[in-house]
Amino acid sequence: MTKVLVWVEHDGAIVKDATLSAVTAAAQLGEVTALVAGAGVDGVAAQAAQIEGVAKVLKADDAVYAHALAENVAPLVAGLLSEYDAFVAPATTTGKNVAPRVAALVDVAQVSDILSVEGPKTFTRPIYAGNAIATVESSDAKLVITVRGTAFAKANATGGSAPVESVAAGADSGLSTYVGSEIAKLERPELTSAKIIVSGGRALKDADTFAATITPLADKLGAAIGASRAAVDAGYVPNDYQVGQTGKIVAPEVYIAVGISGAIQHLAGMKDSKAIIAINKDEDAPIFQVADIGLVADLFSAVPELVGKL
Amino acid sequence: MKALVTVKRVIDYNVKPRVKADGTGVDLANVKMSMNPFDEIAVEEALRLKEKGVVTEIVVVSVGPAKAQETLRTALAMGADRAILVSTDDEVEPLAVAKIVKAIADEEAPGLIITGKQAIDDDSNQTGQMIAALLGRGQGTFANEISVEGDAVVVKREIDGGLETVSLALPAVITADLRLNEPRYASLPNIMKAKSKPLATKSPADYGVDTTPRLKTLKVGEPPVRQAGIKVADVDALVAKLKEMGVAQ
Repeated sequence: MTKVLVWVEHDGAIVKDATLSAVTAAAQLGEVTALVAGAGVDGVAAQAAQIEGVAKVLKADDAVYAHALAENVAPLVAGLLSEYDAFVAPATTTGKNVAPRVAALVDVAQVSDILSVEGPKTFTRPIYAGNAIATVESSDAKLVITVRGTAFAKANATGGSAPVESVAAGADSGLSTYVGSEIAKLERPELTSAKIIVSGGRALKDADTFAATITPLADKLGAAIGASRAAVDAGYVPNDYQVGQTGKIVAPEVYIAVGISGAIQHLAGMKDSKAIIAINKDEDAPIFQVADIGLVADLFSAVPELVGKL
Repeated sequence: MKALVTVKRVIDYNVKPRVKADGTGVDLANVKMSMNPFDEIAVEEALRLKEKGVVTEIVVVSVGPAKAQETLRTALAMGADRAILVSTDDEVEPLAVAKIVKAIADEEAPGLIITGKQAIDDDSNQTGQMIAALLGRGQGTFANEISVEGDAVVVKREIDGGLETVSLALPAVITADLRLNEPRYASLPNIMKAKSKPLATKSPADYGVDTTPRLKTLKVGEPPVRQAGIKVADVDALVAKLKEMGVAQ
């Protein structure tokens, strides 16, 4: 039986949803072992053990794995891979940072951002910002894969009861040191797991106008807030709001695009949303070509009116 | 300190790619090609470090067809000092590119290697990390801001929840994200000057690298097409629709 090692994405306390999609993808390949690497991660390992479809949890609990520095974590994974046939990570910024380093260490060509498992070594993945879908077959003895979260259902977070095994920690690489982070406090749902997203574009003028216009609508709908690259580049919102080819890939139940024209790079990040609603004053904006419901209107009058009537 | 910057010739950012009818790939015939946007940012960052006196020489490398020479000339026109084209007509996967760059780095001994975080054609997002792994060096991926401080480089990285800062021992590998900088345009005099800058042409075999693909592309197809829906006349109609969908009460 194919043995698959899955990277558990966590923040030190909680298993992130992206892990659950990766487990679903991995379970289509074989038996799933979840790897929890971090410092003080007993709680995370206990959560990982409950994920449905996880047969075993490996816990690498040591200060060198705090902050998931790729230089320390990749050798751990590469070492474990001698007993596994595949390494599967969610295509989060952590997964994207670690997986290629693992792949190079074990001399495997990584398959990035898979959308489906078509066979034991065959996968589909988006290329050209999702304007084409490639079906690729790996000829390597082992597989290193990252998984697009929106393409796979989430495994149940509870119901399993896998045993937890500790693995010995390696030495610090001495190559990198964690200095600090600026993590935005989330008072609303996370972008990649939100059911509703309200997203704003360059038309929002500036940071204050963005907040004054988009926030009330998001509050009313209990929605996460996203943005186009243009809005992020212009400094209206921080970088982690960006939806698109190089930002976050989202597929909520409802995506409301406000003042977003719909560049292909933005569409690449949200066109798998179940329903897309667009508000834009330019009736020829490309966003209307993918929107289920479009409203051609000036957002500065339409959005407040909408908030008032919801 | 020397900086090595990798650049890739890809379909232009503004061109909508079209899938070939026979399902073998994307049609690149008569399509405008440019430098991968993230690689432009990588070149720009090296230039800024040179202007600050941190970097003394910038070597740009491209692995690709003979025409990738144009991409290297663009980097030279922006201000890079010399170029290496590793010429091949085959499609070269990130792992093989990383092996070639590793071999070049062994010869050139750069203090910094800067790559774009991903190429907008295959969207792999692998090469920089793989170069760092093969060289046994630190990696500062998705860089938003970098500063060289003594024998370390401090990198502010764009991560899912916000920003993270790491310090890497030099030499190190950086991959450029969108907001690292705004790349300059090459001026006409610099474009002329770039024509006489040194450009060496090599082959993957010169570096002892086997570029045989490990991934076989069985098919390239169109993504599912989304049909345009309806337009509503006013906010009231939109509210009604939202209620129908259960989004609003």
